[in-house]
Amino acid sequence: MDVVIGLEVHVQLNRLKTKLFCSCPLDYHGREPNTHVCPVCLGLPGAMPVINREAVRSAIKVALALNAEINPVMRFDRKNYFYPDLPKGFQISQYDMPLAWGGYVTIETESGEKRVTLKRIHMEEDPGKLSYKGSITTAKYSLIDYNRSGAPLLEIVTEPVLRSPKEARTFLNTLRIILEYLDVFDGDLEGAMRVDANISIAGGGRVEIKNISSFKGVERALAYEITRQKNLMRRGRKIERETRHFDEANSITVSLRSKEEEQDYRYFPEPDLVPIYTSEFVDDVKDALPEMPWEKRERLIKQYSLSLEKAKILVLDPKMADYFERVAKEIDPRVAASWIVDVLRGELNYRDMSFSEGERRLNSDELVELLTYFLKGRITEKGVVEVIRTKLDHGGSVEEIIQSKGLFSIPQDEIDRLCREAIEKNPKAVEDYRAGKKQAANFLVGYVMKMTEGRADPGETARKIREILEEIS
Amino acid sequence: MIDDDAVRHIANLSKIEVDDDEIQEFKRDFERIIEFFNRLDEIDPDVEPTYNVIPLKNVVRKDMPRKPLDREKVLANAKFREEGYFKGPRVVE
Repeated sequence: MDVVIGLEVHVQLNRLKTKLFCSCPLDYHGREPNTHVCPVCLGLPGAMPVINREAVRSAIKVALALNAEINPVMRFDRKNYFYPDLPKGFQISQYDMPLAWGGYVTIETESGEKRVTLKRIHMEEDPGKLSYKGSITTAKYSLIDYNRSGAPLLEIVTEPVLRSPKEARTFLNTLRIILEYLDVFDGDLEGAMRVDANISIAGGGRVEIKNISSFKGVERALAYEITRQKNLMRRGRKIERETRHFDEANSITVSLRSKEEEQDYRYFPEPDLVPIYTSEFVDDVKDALPEMPWEKRERLIKQYSLSLEKAKILVLDPKMADYFERVAKEIDPRVAASWIVDVLRGELNYRDMSFSEGERRLNSDELVELLTYFLKGRITEKGVVEVIRTKLDHGGSVEEIIQSKGLFSIPQDEIDRLCREAIEKNPKAVEDYRAGKKQAANFLVGYVMKMTEGRADPGETARKIREILEEIS
Repeated sequence: MIDDDAVRHIANLSKIEVDDDEIQEFKRDFERIIEFFNRLDEIDPDVEPTYNVIPLKNVVRKDMPRKPLDREKVLANAKFREEGYFKGPRVVE
């Protein structure tokens, strides 16, 4: 059956220092409620909004990177609705003269590349946050924190061109990477990206799922909705056009049962803000546009002779690509890529750790130090993995870990010396060996293993011991 | 063209209560307002709409944080509060 999905993605421009229309600091995460507010974001009478210049630049950056057509003049409008998360009784948003029209994001699907076209991109302010003692349905009242109120948001609206929950998730992942490259967005912060999803199955009404706050959530909510709608259709029921809420804890969607009142936002131009002529910003922003993931991928392949697969993974996170390039300055780039992509990234995923967190625990200089030991044969492949794991879990210096865990390989001449010493100090075992008890050699290997605290290669040591025994017999 | 329901709808959006007498009053007022606005139809439709009456554009500020309002002042006018939060009605029916 034909599934059609469109997304409205709310992206917080959370790399900025202040809110969209006032100078309140944006670092409110984890802080006491209502400590990052002022008369403007509280909507006190007489307070006047003034737009953040960097927010305009960031928004234009995003519009350019998403290939959208930037409006020569953009304007703000008031979207009126009554809800406690809005202290003013309206949200400053954009209506008929938004930041940009159109644009697209290229995603990779199982059947190749796909262009996800966009309808529009507009700027708006984030509302405050409601919380409840107990659950949303049983609490007698709501608690309101306006720290988030007025945070700069972009709303990115796709055309209804996504065909599966998985495609929706891939789109969001790709979008996140682009935003992180632009350095306007940190996806690790709580509430950084919130999504409304519209979905309809051939012939059915369009259902909107509101305020999904994780990528996994989007995929699950849509998958649940498809199953629910198909089951209804199978029973000959009609799919009503409605708005549903995603219950993250139970991975289901529930009807909001709002009084079926047509939403009437009564948009009108925000009289306290003046229009923005974007051309004054665009050239400047264009010049400052960073290398995008698809450009970086091509460059990495060319500059370091990496495989497409390795390059594709490295560019998934600009921090990982930068890290790779720092390591590749010092050691063979292909060795560096392989350790970063195959080992480090795997260990991070296993720990559910972001790359930046991994980088804090094992910086690029430390990886260079570690891999240099490896390339000089001072430490085995297994040893490298063990150091990486220890660094991620407990910290410490690379050398200390190698020392304390006894991971330095023993030089060959030291092994040779110990083999001779084993033979000299154990005449009985040597005699037994000569008498035909070949397993007596194991005793001699055991001696070397004991002296090296297990760091000698047992197979190699046994070979060496037999070699010497044969020589002197 | 303005009926009782339209007045009730607008009252509801405005979160005010109106009784039946008031509805009649508002109906008359709204009619007059609409009549007044209808005069705009006489204007040449090609005239640029006036979105802003002040001849300013691109008024922006630097992205520099300033000290927010003291929380005691923030909550000074709140009728109900709890643990630094504003306390509001429950929002789900």
